Amino acid sequence: MDNAMKRHAFDATVWLVALAMGLILIAQQAMAGSNAMPADNVRWKAECGSCHVAYPPHLLPAPAWNRIMAGLDKHFGTDASVDAQTTAEIKAFLDSHAGRDWRAWEATETLRITETAWFRRKHREISAATWKHPAVKGAPNCAACHTAAEQGDFRERNIRVPR
Amino acid sequence: MRTIRLAVALFAVASTAFWAASAPAATPAEIQKGFEAAARSATPGFTGFSAQRGEQFFKSPHGNDWSCASCHTENPLGQGRHAKTGKTVAPLAPAANPQRFSDAATVEKWFRRNCNDVLARECTAQEKGDVLQYLTSLK
Repeated sequence: MDNAMKRHAFDATVWLVALAMGLILIAQQAMAGSNAMPADNVRWKAECGSCHVAYPPHLLPAPAWNRIMAGLDKHFGTDASVDAQTTAEIKAFLDSHAGRDWRAWEATETLRITETAWFRRKHREISAATWKHPAVKGAPNCAACHTAAEQGDFRERNIRVPR
Repeated sequence: MRTIRLAVALFAVASTAFWAASAPAATPAEIQKGFEAAARSATPGFTGFSAQRGEQFFKSPHGNDWSCASCHTENPLGQGRHAKTGKTVAPLAPAANPQRFSDAATVEKWFRRNCNDVLARECTAQEKGDVLQYLTSLK
């Protein structure tokens, strides 16, 4: 090609690269607070994971989460309230990732994941002594045994039960 | 050449805006100034903040089950542990954790909730300032 064409081609390339970089910057910012990544949300992780592990939304059905979100100022004995906008965002996230099995839950309508039939079944081999172990403190403390719980990883390979 | 300059300039502007938007909003000293202003207007005989008073306030259960130290421990330079769930809590003293007291809204939220838990009321600006004085005195 002649020099003029080369110049135009170069200009076009530079603009395309700059545009692509700008779009990536914007997309990253937008994705950070959205549901684009599976069962993860920045606000939910920050607000619901500060005093305990951010329990995966699929472990309770939507009506359970709704009740929890409606009573955050009396959240199992503490004040966990947040502003209206944050409440709405977290509620929407929980609703869209909640567990689908309502029937099993309706037997007890418990708001405690640790009291669901599913949890009891999964942890039936854990002794009472283990639950009382000082490093565990109780069933709500997933990370005591599920060493990758903070990353939402509860796989068997990452379990280490304190003795 | 002109194109490159323009594209680089645009990218630089976008990056700066992006960085500025995610930069921390405050320092412990700035937040302390806010408490001081509030305490001055609320308390006629305001005489400043005291780290010693703050330490006593921090470690007292105030007639209820928990104190601040129940989760943030007697040594806020070290890691804390939630009194009920056992979850680890990052150190509270700014010297051990630069994230602490770096955002006014976050500080407001945690004082509001945790004072409700410990004292069953809001903490006054005097009390918040004393506690912050104590926490920033730890090295």
